[in-house]
Formats: sequence, structure tokens, C-alpha cells
Amino acid sequence: MSGSVIHWFRFSSPATFYPLAGRLIPIFWTLAALFGAAGLWIGFFVAPTDATQGEGYRIIFVHVPVSWMSMFIYLVMATWAGIGLVFNTRLSSMMAQSLAPTGALMAFLSLWTGAFWGKPMWGTWWVWDARLTSELILLFLYLGFMALQASIDDPRRADKASAILALVGVVNVPIIYFSVIWWNTLHQGASVSLTKAPSMAQTMLWGMLLMSLCYWMYSIAMALTRLRAIILEREAHTEWVTRLPELAEVRR
Amino acid sequence: MISVMAASLHRDLLLVMRRKSEVFTALFFFVIVASLFPLGIGPDPGLLRKIAPGVIWVSALLATLLGLQRILASDYADGTLEQMALSPASLSAMVAGKILAHWLVCGLPLVVLAPVIGLQFDLGASAIGLLVLTLLLGTPTLSMIGAVGASLTLGARGGGALLSLLVLPLYIPVLIFGAGAVNAHLAGLGAEGHLSLLAALFIFAAVFAPWVAAVSIRISLE
Amino acid sequence: MIWGSLEAFLAMGGYGVYVWGSMGACFVMVFVELIMVRRRHNRILRRLTQELSANQGRE
Repeated sequence: MSGSVIHWFRFSSPATFYPLAGRLIPIFWTLAALFGAAGLWIGFFVAPTDATQGEGYRIIFVHVPVSWMSMFIYLVMATWAGIGLVFNTRLSSMMAQSLAPTGALMAFLSLWTGAFWGKPMWGTWWVWDARLTSELILLFLYLGFMALQASIDDPRRADKASAILALVGVVNVPIIYFSVIWWNTLHQGASVSLTKAPSMAQTMLWGMLLMSLCYWMYSIAMALTRLRAIILEREAHTEWVTRLPELAEVRR
Repeated sequence: MISVMAASLHRDLLLVMRRKSEVFTALFFFVIVASLFPLGIGPDPGLLRKIAPGVIWVSALLATLLGLQRILASDYADGTLEQMALSPASLSAMVAGKILAHWLVCGLPLVVLAPVIGLQFDLGASAIGLLVLTLLLGTPTLSMIGAVGASLTLGARGGGALLSLLVLPLYIPVLIFGAGAVNAHLAGLGAEGHLSLLAALFIFAAVFAPWVAAVSIRISLE
Repeated sequence: MIWGSLEAFLAMGGYGVYVWGSMGACFVMVFVELIMVRRRHNRILRRLTQELSANQGRE
């Protein structure tokens, strides 16, 4: 029954993935909107006031999702970059390239929301706790990845070099995180820590989970959208690009 | 493999000896940067004693960063690196020799000069001794990690600034454990934990860095 | 409904600036990212149409 066999590798070429991505993107936006609406509803209209932090704790409904996404995206990005390096597939490397800016944005939002959470709770805009400090270093790792890609002219060389950087980064993230925790506990003790979340009511957890799913779907949608632009940029002189429906008017 | 590494080391040292000024540049940079901190903060000896380990470590880190591109850039420019990659001898061994040469020229002088800077900051004798030990363990690790960064940025636009952006996040654990060891000692806690972690990083880098750098060099040469 | 009024909702028990500052940043960045990616896509499409029409003109 060869008709029912899905040839997954058919989609590993930019030419076939471009239209597929185009069809998938609206699905992910819809999912993101649904999860987001549900998550925000629970977060702002169902979850109760916190005993110690009042209404200010509601920032976790965005802070935790973007933090998780920033770390998750880095992992996924490094995986795709590694696959592109080992199997020499262009599309995998392009996927890594399209994930990086979204991941960097998540890291930045994590720092921003972390600061906005820390100011009312602990009095300062910045707290050198393990999580925020590691998040800052993660942002640097993202920026380094993007900078290296931008600075090498040959696209395949840029793919491979940044893949190595991403893989080195992945190995280093746990080391860095551990060393920052070590540094933090020696200097400050555990008194100041954003990782001490308020004791979670069931609804709070649900809100966080739904918002995380929202940001996950959003990241996929955004990465796929950017991937389509990257595919066009890098495959500009190929046959299938000239036959694109978007360019039909020119061809007439 | 050792002979390849020794040959590479010998060659790089020979090349550096012809331009001795480069050795002193990194050294002077180390001293100047370390001296900037008291000028910026104030001469209070109690405060300086407290910040000394961190300041000296950061200065050593930045001085190491300065000399990193030299490991590979000139060989890349005149085609020698390509010949090295094409030869049947192990590229990792050659890179290891280059890293060792870099450390001997950029790292070891810092270790030797650190006690003098330590005195400038009024550090006690035992603290200075510990500081020298951490630098002895840490600066080779910095050279090794830096070589990976240098091999990734061969022929890339952006030069030293790009290399710094890539390498500094990776340097942070070394900095934390190195300076932390001396800080722990000054606080009366033991430095053994920090030192073992520093040693672990050293071993980890020694095992993987030359190989990763060799792979990156081959990629950059494509 | 746990909020007594719109004012209470906006005030967030005194933490209004921080909560809405965070939520606001996240929403704004979503739109910023979307606009930037859209513009990138349109830019490459425009470039491709230019090249295509230039090639056709040459034929």
C-alpha cells in the first residue's frame, strides 16, 4: 500500500517544505491564539490572589513561559544545527537560523519580565540570582550564534560554524547554570531567589501551562514564517522559486 | 602524536620569538587593566583587598582574549593552516601544540606577574599563593576554549569583537571558580571545591578543545 | 469574576505598572517580531520580482 506511506524525506528539501510551511503556519497561529486566550482567562480571571505576593505574582503567567521557551528553543536550535552539520542538510540549518531570533527574544522577555517581577518583590530592578544571570548568559549565547552566522559570507560555512558554536553552547549551558548557582549560594544564600515561586494553586499551574503552550505554538509559527523568508533568500536562483505563485504576475 | 604537538609548539614559539613585542603587549594590558580598577573605584585598601581576586581574574581573562586571534590568524592568512589540514599528521595534535604555545606566551606570564598585582591590592601571602594556583589551572583552560572560538571565526568579518562575544560566555564558569576559590579562602571557607571544579574544567577542555578546534578549522577552510 | 471593577483590574492591587509592563512588553514584542518577519519576507519577494522582470526584459 505505497499510497499510504508518507515519504517524510520528501519534505527535507526547501522546495517542498516551503509550501508545506505556508499551510502549517495558520494552524499554529490559531493554536497559539486559543491557548493564549485560555491561559490569560485563567491567569487573570480565575486564579486567586496570592497570599504573599498579592496581584503582582501574575507576571509568572508570562515570565515562566518565556523562560522555558528560551531554553527549549536553544535546545531545538542546537539539535537542528547539529543535524544540518552531520547530515549536510540545508533545510535543517535554515531551521536553526530561523529559530535563533525568536529564542533570543524569549530570553530578552524573560529578563524584562524578571526585572519587572523583581522590582516590586525585592526592591531592585536587577537581581543577581542564578536564574536571571543564567538567562542573561543564554541571551549572549543566542546573540553570539546570530553574530557568527551574520559574519561568515558563505552560507554553508556559516551554517556549519554556527552549528559547532550551538553544540558547544548546549554542552556549556548546564556547566554555566551550575557555576552560577554555586556562585549565587556562596555569596547571597538562598534568601533572594526568583526560583522560589509562590505556592501554586491548581489554577495558577493551569494558567502557566496554557501560556507555555501558547508561546510554544507562537514560536513554531514565527520560526516557520521566518524560515520561509530564509528559504527564499538562500534559494533565490533556483528553478522552483521562479515558478512561485507569488511571482506569477511578473512572469506573465 | 606527541612529536607532532612538540613540532607545532616549537614552530609557534620560534615565530613569537621573532616578534617579542607581542609577549609584552598582553602582559602590559594585564597590568594596565588591573590598575584601572583602583583608579575607577578608589584607593581604600579594605575594598581593594575584597575585589582583588575578581579584578585580577577579569584582567587575566581579557588579556588572554587579546592574544587569541594570533593562534590561527596569520597561519590562515598565508595558507599554512591549509597545508596543516591537508597533511596526514593529526590536526588536533597540531592545534594542541599551538594552544600550548599561546599559553606559554600569553598565560604563563600572567601567572608569574599576578603576585605583583596581588601586592598592589594588598592581598595576603596565602591568598596570593592560591590566586597563582587558580590562574595556573585556569589560564590554560582559557587558551583552550579561546582556540575553539578563534577557529570558528577564521575569515569571518567582525574580528576581535565577534571573538569576544562568542568566547566570554564560555569563560564565565572558569572565572566563577577561579576568583571564587580565592574569595572563599578570604572568607574563611575552603577553596578545595572550587579548585577541583577548576581542575575538572581543565581536563574537560584538554580532552575536547583541540579536537573541536580542528573540526572547526576544517569547516573554516572549506 | 474576581475583580470588583475595571479600575481594580487595571490597578492589580498596586502592582499595575509591573504586571501590565510585563504583559505589555510581551504583546508588543509579538507584534514587533511579526512585523519584522513579514517585512523580511516582502523584501525578498520584491527583490525576486525585480530580478525576474529584469531577466525577462533582457530576453
